[in-house]
Amino acid sequence: MNWLRDVGWSPYAVGIGIGVLSWFTWLISGKPLGCSTSFARSAGMIEKLFRGNRVEAKPYYQEFQPTVDWQWMLVLGMVFGALASSLLSGDFRWQWVPAQWAAAFGTGVPIRLAVALLGGILLGVGARWADGCTSGHGISGTMQLAVSSWISAICFFVGGIVMAQLLFVVIA
Amino acid sequence: MKTRMPLVWGFLFGMVFGFLLQKGGVTKYDVIIGQLLLKDFTVVKIMLSAVVTGMIGIHLMKSLGWIRLDPKPGSWGKNAIGGLIFGLGFALLGYCPGTIAGAIGNGYLDALVGGLAGILLGSGLFAAAYPRLRGSVLKRGDFGALTLPRLFKVGDWVVIVPLSILIVLLLYLLERAGL
Repeated sequence: MNWLRDVGWSPYAVGIGIGVLSWFTWLISGKPLGCSTSFARSAGMIEKLFRGNRVEAKPYYQEFQPTVDWQWMLVLGMVFGALASSLLSGDFRWQWVPAQWAAAFGTGVPIRLAVALLGGILLGVGARWADGCTSGHGISGTMQLAVSSWISAICFFVGGIVMAQLLFVVIA
Repeated sequence: MKTRMPLVWGFLFGMVFGFLLQKGGVTKYDVIIGQLLLKDFTVVKIMLSAVVTGMIGIHLMKSLGWIRLDPKPGSWGKNAIGGLIFGLGFALLGYCPGTIAGAIGNGYLDALVGGLAGILLGSGLFAAAYPRLRGSVLKRGDFGALTLPRLFKVGDWVVIVPLSILIVLLLYLLERAGL
């Protein structure tokens, strides 16, 4: 079982693995791989802590109830799956600033966190606006041949490439 | 006990998904940014091979009547504008809503402290703005739960077979170009 300890696998082995995994999520749970709805449910759950049950009356949370569901458990499982993988290979480490960010913008933690926060806000708004993310649209939706997902996936990368160029070519 | 089974399956599937993403290296900021700078094509290789494998399998199971697919409805206002906003955030953060879960498991604290808080905040902001958006921009250019086969008025496999060949060819060309 030494392959479980390898730091990295071929991207094709990983991709085919994810494809096969999606067969089983459909077959056993009747659901596609997806993540971003769980963050909206979590936002609702956190809001409920502060504002009580009237949060559930918000139109968005009427459509996406702020509760733990199948996909929420999927996202939780992902944390532990990645933890297991990185512990097995010795690739786990606590890290505040990624190498490529540090090479361009220095090792300062506050600036990295501020940009990560801003990026996260846009990601959260964008994922809910588009009704899906890189997994829900980018993998699960495109494989179902959904037009909404192909448009979204292309726009994820167009927006991402533009911002990456701006950050690392224009600003850095 | 029986009612909890779907949640247990969700957790187990998530563990496999997170394990695979970490082995693929896409829980790392550097790999995601490398893709968006068009220097490292790991993300595209993983996504496209997952799409081909998944697409063939789930449509076979659909043909056999084992499963019913659920393509998401959409509109230009929803998917194009939302997708572009998502993309800007994707490059600023360097993780997406899926890989950030893996990044947290990998020990990356910019994902946990900055990114996760941001995604939750952004999702909450969208929920607050939703009543104003749903009747206007989200409806613009609505096309419903349209799929490519229905758009072209052909059978599923008329799309799946050429699309699979095209994706495999693209991956082959990426490898040949040394990317």
